[in-house]
Amino acid sequence: MDNIAGQNSRLKWAVNVTVALLVVAWLIPTVGLFVSSFRDRDQITASGWWQAPFAVELTFRTRADDAAPRQEGDLWVVEGNIFATSEARASFEDAEAEITGFGVRGREPAIYPAGTEGETRDGGTLVVNSDGSYRYETSEQPDDRGLRIYFAANTPPDFTMDNYLSILTAQDAEERAESRAAGDGFWEMLFDEEGVFRNFVNTFTVTIPSTVIPILIAAFAAYALAWMDFPGRGLLIAAIVGLLVVPLQLALVPLLNLHNQIGIGQSFLGIWMAHTGFGLPLAIYLLRNYMVGLPRDIIESAKVDGATDFQIFTKIILPLSFPALASFAIFQFLWTWNDLLVAKVFLPSDDASKVMTVRIADDLLGSRGGDWGILAAAAFVSIAVPVLVFFTMQRYLVRGLLAGSVK
Amino acid sequence: MSPLLQGVITILVGVFGCVGYFYVANLILDKVIFPARGPHAGRNINRATAVRPWLFLLPAMAALGLYLVYPVIGSFIRSLYNRAGDEFIGFGNYAFLFGDSEFQTALINNALWALVVPAAATFFGLVVAQLTDRLSWGNIAKSLIFMPMAISFVGASLIWKFVYAGDPDIGIINAVRDVIGLDPVDPVQIPFWNNFFLMAILVWIQTGFAMVILSAALRGIPEETIEAAIIDGANPFQLFFKIKVPQIMGTIVVVWTTITILVLKVFDIVYTMTGGNFGTQILPSYMMSFMFRDDGRATAVAVVIMVVVLPVMIWNIRQAQKEMR
Repeated sequence: MDNIAGQNSRLKWAVNVTVALLVVAWLIPTVGLFVSSFRDRDQITASGWWQAPFAVELTFRTRADDAAPRQEGDLWVVEGNIFATSEARASFEDAEAEITGFGVRGREPAIYPAGTEGETRDGGTLVVNSDGSYRYETSEQPDDRGLRIYFAANTPPDFTMDNYLSILTAQDAEERAESRAAGDGFWEMLFDEEGVFRNFVNTFTVTIPSTVIPILIAAFAAYALAWMDFPGRGLLIAAIVGLLVVPLQLALVPLLNLHNQIGIGQSFLGIWMAHTGFGLPLAIYLLRNYMVGLPRDIIESAKVDGATDFQIFTKIILPLSFPALASFAIFQFLWTWNDLLVAKVFLPSDDASKVMTVRIADDLLGSRGGDWGILAAAAFVSIAVPVLVFFTMQRYLVRGLLAGSVK
Repeated sequence: MSPLLQGVITILVGVFGCVGYFYVANLILDKVIFPARGPHAGRNINRATAVRPWLFLLPAMAALGLYLVYPVIGSFIRSLYNRAGDEFIGFGNYAFLFGDSEFQTALINNALWALVVPAAATFFGLVVAQLTDRLSWGNIAKSLIFMPMAISFVGASLIWKFVYAGDPDIGIINAVRDVIGLDPVDPVQIPFWNNFFLMAILVWIQTGFAMVILSAALRGIPEETIEAAIIDGANPFQLFFKIKVPQIMGTIVVVWTTITILVLKVFDIVYTMTGGNFGTQILPSYMMSFMFRDDGRATAVAVVIMVVVLPVMIWNIRQAQKEMR
């Protein structure tokens, strides 16, 4: 059908361009987050993520303390290199930078272009060249701390895992260095109470039982609804279809009260049970639709050969239904991993029990609202797992979607 | 006990409990209650066959009953009581809601969401499905557009926070405005229109869903109808709007209603982006503002959401029953 009439080449070209534009539009937001999560936090605020591969002009401050003042005639002279001074050294350890401007006041950090002569507060002169070398001349003897210098430098792009380490361990680079000096290994830092890694583990803890348990319960029910004859079957199926769309909001208050009364309260056990209950309608619906389509001959010949319903189910139906089981498992996994509402209500509200989504929505967005690098890294940690599952299991996901919606 | 260990134990107990229940219950039914021997063997087998479906259904029905049916009734009853839950106040909570201006905003906004998001997602989904249909790299394109489906609403909101950020060095929208010389704006604070900026996030997520299903439907259209139309001289646009779309109308409606139901329940996006401020409140996030504070009003909002979803639910059941016949 590729060369049918009406499919001229210009139209084809237009289609290609349109689809390319749509794909780019769909990808831009995620790419932005991804790139930002690897950028240094100063660079994030200084230039957009789309400029990430280019050098960024950042301003720094330091003191002219790398060389001792010496006397030349009646002038005191300090000569040295900006990049060797105590406060700037850490920022330029392995990076080649180019100084674009300098100043002596915090309000005008780069008022003099590099290579020109600037005036200091005490009436002296200061020259800073683009390679970092400077010369400071003054009539009085400078104090030991050295002259305060502000400067702007073009810093090369700085991609780092720092945001990820910070968010996972809840310690910034300096605190991590201290912990390491105190003898903490990486794993000890990772399992720190406050780190997001803890919430990451919690998310797994919530997700996996919530995915495994409904499958079994639903599989038996789906088999009964698909292949066993009993009065009221049609009614039950209709009820399941109805329950598919019951808003979860209704369940929150009564169930939380119930959990509190029977002593489960807000706990992992509670959320497993809640997710199991909420996932069942879709599980039964998907599995039943799939099982109904299995060939009747196999089941009947098994019955003739004397197999019981239980044997038919475990030996024939269950293995044959693998694709449907996989579809539901992926759905339920994505749904429970990404869920915010159920986790907010059924899990305790202390930091140590939160899942990723709650931690991001309730903590990080509030307290770290302006710390974009940290936010991006946290979001990416929470997104990475479902996206990975998505790309590896896409086939089953699509099949499940089709079985659930189009009949 | 660490939650991780608890999780492993729960999986084991859950899985072995389930299998054990089904196996043992089945065994008891066949060997003890209705043994297939003795003078009543035939009658017993029939009886066992009649009971067995219920045995298989019991755990599922118990869980569904407790976690979905009971709450519907429980929520409604709770909504008739006051905040502490000890005084019956009839429809007092509802009266409060309908007098509350924020509730009215939420209701109007929800109606907007329910109109715009399904329409936009279905439209984009249909366009992408059609355009990628005969494209050599169509599957890759579809995969990439489908990808947001895997991302949580919270994650998606964060992603879009970057897009909408007021700082032109972070938000790409304001960067573009900056280049053409306009002042930066905060899209989520522009009255009324901010709702649409929030909806864009859900459209971004749901387009992939619509695309996958509509693309399968497009592939299912009989080739003869298309060939006949081409022979009769239909141009590509006529082919799409007059031949293809009418044939997949049923699927379009299913996609539309599925997204509508989702829209009525999603609270995450509004909660993370604005917390319901700046006139962006919707019913589910409005409900969360009462959660843990006033159960009576929270359940009343939940019941309102249920009433809104009800028509779609009934329509769904009708469709399912039609299929079964």
